[in-house]
Amino acid sequence: MFRFLLGRLAVLIPTFIGVSIIAFSFIRLLPGDPVMLMSGERVMAPERHAEIMHELGLDRPLYIQYFDYLGNLVTGDFGSSIVTKRPVLDDFLQLFPATIELSLCAIILAVALGIPAGVLAAVKRGTWLDQTIMGAALVGYSMPIFWWGLLLIIFFSGYLGWTPVSGRISLMYFFPPVTGFMLIDSLLSGQSGAFRSAVSYLILPTIVLATIPLAVIARQTRSAMLEVLGEDYVRTARAKGMSPFRVIGVHALRNAMIPVITTIGLQVGVLLAGAILTETIFSWPGIGKWMVDSVFKRDYAVVQGGLMLIAAVIMFVNLAVDLLYGLINPRIRN
Amino acid sequence: MATVETGTAPSGFSEFWYYFSRNTGAVIGLAIFLVVLFVAVFAPVVAPHAPSAQNRDILLLPPVFMEGGQWAFPLGTDAVGRDILSRLIYGARFSLFIGVVVVTLSVLSGVLIGLVAGYFRGRVDTIIMRVMDIILAFPSLLLALVLVAVLGPGLVNAMIAIALVNQPHFVRLTRAAVMTEKTKDYVIASQVAGAGTMRLMFLTILPNCLAPLIVQATLAFSAAILDAAALGFLGMGAQPPTPEWGTMLAEAREFIQRAWWVVTFPGLAILITVLAINLMGDGLRDALDPKLKRS
Repeated sequence: MFRFLLGRLAVLIPTFIGVSIIAFSFIRLLPGDPVMLMSGERVMAPERHAEIMHELGLDRPLYIQYFDYLGNLVTGDFGSSIVTKRPVLDDFLQLFPATIELSLCAIILAVALGIPAGVLAAVKRGTWLDQTIMGAALVGYSMPIFWWGLLLIIFFSGYLGWTPVSGRISLMYFFPPVTGFMLIDSLLSGQSGAFRSAVSYLILPTIVLATIPLAVIARQTRSAMLEVLGEDYVRTARAKGMSPFRVIGVHALRNAMIPVITTIGLQVGVLLAGAILTETIFSWPGIGKWMVDSVFKRDYAVVQGGLMLIAAVIMFVNLAVDLLYGLINPRIRN
Repeated sequence: MATVETGTAPSGFSEFWYYFSRNTGAVIGLAIFLVVLFVAVFAPVVAPHAPSAQNRDILLLPPVFMEGGQWAFPLGTDAVGRDILSRLIYGARFSLFIGVVVVTLSVLSGVLIGLVAGYFRGRVDTIIMRVMDIILAFPSLLLALVLVAVLGPGLVNAMIAIALVNQPHFVRLTRAAVMTEKTKDYVIASQVAGAGTMRLMFLTILPNCLAPLIVQATLAFSAAILDAAALGFLGMGAQPPTPEWGTMLAEAREFIQRAWWVVTFPGLAILITVLAINLMGDGLRDALDPKLKRS
């Protein structure tokens, strides 16, 4: 297992360096003068311009700038926002819990509905139920989620008036963040109604973000189950007179889960990409909206640092999934 | 000499069609796709109005089945009085065009790179796969968004960005298929018979790797339409007044509470088109995957 871990890390480090080169060169590929962009001024004396270039270290050779940048990254310095002057890492850490909270709720919803739906479709293969579930899954898989979000807002927020449109909690409630997770913080605050409010703000974004992973998990579960249901040991279990519930729930499902777990792990990238759209539609203050806003504000220091941090998160999660997979399935360690 | 009449073997296409047509969903998807294609090609004939013609006296007119609707504007008008149906019809051109360009770009580059990686292996392969890992380390939409920000917002740059983030899938798929095929007897036989590297790569091995690539290309086609619409929605794809479906949604967002139809129809057009292509993709997989055929 240790060798397996080392092997994975050996692949991860060059990838991380590559990602840092992309994020580093990105800001230098931009059209226009970085100093003018950062200062926001239209005219500048050449002396002042040179002074700022020197202050920012932009007058040094490119490779030295890169190594400086890499050195800063290692010590946790991801640069500062051009607009707010706040360190990028601070903003990221402050906003990230909102994205984690939304993504976790979405993946829980997707797994809780997707696996039973896939199992049901496989067991009832060829019936109208199978066709309905798989039809719905394909619609979910084909869904433009930014439009789906708008439709839900029109119906549930506009027409029925059940759910709020944007934000994380009603402005009536105010408490200092403890964990950054609104569901937990609202409970800790002890204010009556706060938790309910947080839930009502979370429902629609969760449904929107869960749609595609839900469809993917349902489809994957169905095909994995179909494969397993044809195996000899399932027939044996049936022949022994075991109840269908036990055959499917214990014997078949457990083995069908291996590819499904991989699929769930692969959804992390999908969730973060989905978060960009979902957070924009619902004004959810997470890193997806933060990145989109920064792109529009041309706050390239944030875009650069944010890219780096998001890629790091995805690589870390993928590594964790790989290790978990190695633990579950010893065959792949070699 | 007497000739013996023998039945002809089924052609590749008729065998393909036999399996494809057994999947009802795939046939429905193909039919819808052909309608969208027809509408896109003959947009000037089919559309009742010009896509940018503004009727300042009938702003946000509801669709015909609602009170106040007019037959002249079956799906109503938008905030500056343009006919929504006509804009959707012209929008089909953009979506299919995006799909074709993105898939062509990513398939050509991806297959070429994957072929090189899988055929030559060694250091070239390692470098190529590391670069692909780097691209895949970013969420695709985020990378596309940032790339478009660098290149400048617009449809062409959006297509380039989407093709770039789509391409690693083709590289991986081609590489894996090439590695499986390369050690098979027919390839070795061809090599022994004196076939050169180019011939082995493009004429001997590549045709036998096509099945999974065709399926992936279908999926990439629908994903490209979705991603381009998403970029348009975020304001980084096609720019107004282009009647691109995602861009239309972005423009319509502020009227969400007053006029549901300006938001509903462009999204429905995206959903129907993408769904049709995905239905076809499922059918193609059934028809082209020999493992599934026998089950």
